[in-house]
Amino acid sequence: MKRIAVVGAALAFIVALLAAMGDLGPAAIDLRPSVAANLAASGVEHPVTAVLLNFRAYDTLLEIAVLLLALLGILAVGNQRESGAVGPMDPLLQMLARIAAPLMAIVAIYLLWAGAFRPGGAFQAGAVLAASAVLLHLTGLMPGWRQPRVRLRWGLSGGFLVFLAVAAVLLIEGGLLRYPPAHAGALILLIESGLTISLGLILAGLFLFLSDDDGGES
Amino acid sequence: MTSGLIFAFAGAALFAMGVAGVLLIDHLLRRILAFNLMGSGAFLVLVGLAQRSDAADPVPQAMVLTGIVVAVAATALALGLVRRFHGLTGKMELPVADDD
Amino acid sequence: MIDPMVWLIVLPLAWACFAFLLGPGRGARPAIAGLAVQLLLALQLAAGLNDSGAGAHAIGGWGAPLGIDLAADGLSVAMLLLTQVVVLPLAIYARTYFASYAAEARYFWPLAGFLIAGLNALFLSADLFNLYVTLELVGLAAVGLVAAGGGAKQITAALRYLFATLLGSGAYLLGVALIYGAYGTVSIPTLLPLVTAEAPDVVRLAGGLMLAGLMLKTALFPFHFWLPPAHGGAPAPVSALLSALVVKASFYLILRLWLGPFAPLAGIIAWLPALLGAAAIFWGSYQAICARRIKMLVAYSTVAQLGYLFLIFPLLPTEGALQAGIMQAYAHGLAKAAMFAAAGVLIEATGQDTVEGLAGAAQQLPLTLFAFGLAGITLMGLPPSAGFLAKWQLIEAALAQGHWIIAVAALAGGLLAAVYVFRVLRQAFLLAPVGDVRPVPRMLEWMALLLAAASVLLGLRGVELMQLLGVPAMGGAS
Repeated sequence: MKRIAVVGAALAFIVALLAAMGDLGPAAIDLRPSVAANLAASGVEHPVTAVLLNFRAYDTLLEIAVLLLALLGILAVGNQRESGAVGPMDPLLQMLARIAAPLMAIVAIYLLWAGAFRPGGAFQAGAVLAASAVLLHLTGLMPGWRQPRVRLRWGLSGGFLVFLAVAAVLLIEGGLLRYPPAHAGALILLIESGLTISLGLILAGLFLFLSDDDGGES
Repeated sequence: MTSGLIFAFAGAALFAMGVAGVLLIDHLLRRILAFNLMGSGAFLVLVGLAQRSDAADPVPQAMVLTGIVVAVAATALALGLVRRFHGLTGKMELPVADDD
Repeated sequence: MIDPMVWLIVLPLAWACFAFLLGPGRGARPAIAGLAVQLLLALQLAAGLNDSGAGAHAIGGWGAPLGIDLAADGLSVAMLLLTQVVVLPLAIYARTYFASYAAEARYFWPLAGFLIAGLNALFLSADLFNLYVTLELVGLAAVGLVAAGGGAKQITAALRYLFATLLGSGAYLLGVALIYGAYGTVSIPTLLPLVTAEAPDVVRLAGGLMLAGLMLKTALFPFHFWLPPAHGGAPAPVSALLSALVVKASFYLILRLWLGPFAPLAGIIAWLPALLGAAAIFWGSYQAICARRIKMLVAYSTVAQLGYLFLIFPLLPTEGALQAGIMQAYAHGLAKAAMFAAAGVLIEATGQDTVEGLAGAAQQLPLTLFAFGLAGITLMGLPPSAGFLAKWQLIEAALAQGHWIIAVAALAGGLLAAVYVFRVLRQAFLLAPVGDVRPVPRMLEWMALLLAAASVLLGLRGVELMQLLGVPAMGGAS
């Protein structure tokens, strides 16, 4: 009964929405020209990065807060050890992981640098870093994490703190996150570098704090 | 019909399927997947509908990147909770109703 | 120059991070210091608003529609003020309360910091997409707080809450996507002149999606299923935060959209939220009257009290209706924070959580029962409380427009509230042989009393709040 009602409502919704979207005329406002016009003053050359870290950088600041928050939620919920034993690992797999991890770090640095003028940036770089940590963990080379000690806590929140500090210091310039055009590029690079490390740790943490096997405190 | 509009149509369908999934599926992992389907649908509409004249618009693209990170965070928290729930009860489905 | 708007967002983010860096269970002091400063900032903002009108801040200096703007009008500053006023006593309460709950307390302060930053950011944002991010910040922080350190029951409640809140913000997000598609902007002030009564169907669908999503997040009947277990199962300070503030955030956003960009389209469905609100009053009160556990009683009372907020929608073009709604948000926010705080003390002291088991508690905990009773006066709407003022204004606005049925619902709700409040008080004042009552730190009792007293005394100072609400947004639209 519930199934039929929900599926029926979903189908009706799809039909109504498709019809409405099909009739839609052109939008009243086009932001593309103003993005293009202000790109030179944004400190980066890639329009998406300019929107993410300059025009709408405030969204990105809160987004990092959301990610940190998810990690806090996982830590707060707590986790119990189930079965600690991990089977023996294939040495070939471990060797490949050992080779891959440093290469992935290099890829992350490239992605961070490339973000200024082509698709890439801190999040992508952080994701690759996190993936390398997950890879090392899954091949048995790195233990799972428990409650973070002070160094890891700094690492997890450092990127967000740098971002927040830059945002607040720029209040002297007259506005939250109002970069002076001359220094916008350098400040964005600073923020992105901090974010890459913290995002890598947070994303890795989302996996490794949940991981079961017996690891020490980290 | 432009390709942007096709993406938006697909997004609308995915969103509705995702919502139906969240409402109907009891298995928690599959429900999380349904939530992600719903989110992806909304992102497709956001980018696709804005580009229905087939010219790329960086503003919704950046918004979607923000939205994806938020969805990753929500998924991670959901997985953490489900894992804890499984550890405590051994089940993967929420009880029908709480007592009281 | 210090811009209080910006610091109301930056400061809680900063102390949340700082609390995390200090380590598990720590961070109460920076949090309380930060909250005290935030209260001053909110007062400064309100004073500035009364003197010189609405405030705005273009983040990054770009200005809408390219950048994101913060905006403070009477409505948003009223909500900001309520948040800071409720949170400070609750934080002092929580610091004492969590001393005996190590597991739940480990990440309370950072989570609470992000929650409050999210609330403040939500009340100040003038950008629909940015509002989505703040909604998620608030929602995920609230879920984390409910789940923290809990057993199977709490985790179940948290999971249910999580799926409800994600479904709600997902619907809101699709609405934002459709609005961007239709108009090419998500800035509320930019949208105001663009959305007309002849708006395309996509915009109507977007409005419907956003309304439905936000009603789910506000736990309006029949979307209330997730609220009682989440609010009733969390630790007392968390329940208080969630019931007093978090559900008000999505209500505020409905109001903001209803009075703002969707005003030309909203008229025809104004009775839908009002009918659901009336149903919520009766159903929530009935469940509260039947509840076995005291915190479930208080949580179902929240379902009922949220109903009042939605009674105002058919009356909205008149100014009195908005004032009644915000006064009710204040009355319920303060009274419900007090009630959960008092309930926390009662549960601590008696070592059990049923209404039955309270027999004789009044002899041991007169201060707490007094606080519970004062908060009850506000929920019933007796003079001179803020609840009385809210109901008075609501009934006056309803009768002025001939909608007597709204007045009936409001009055009946007050009577039903009396039934469940007296159920607790009668049990507590029974001359029963007093069982084993553990000593409870006095600070907990005083904070509950402070909040309860504020909810009653606010009724005497309602004029200032009304004056603040009258400050329109920049550009004349409210």
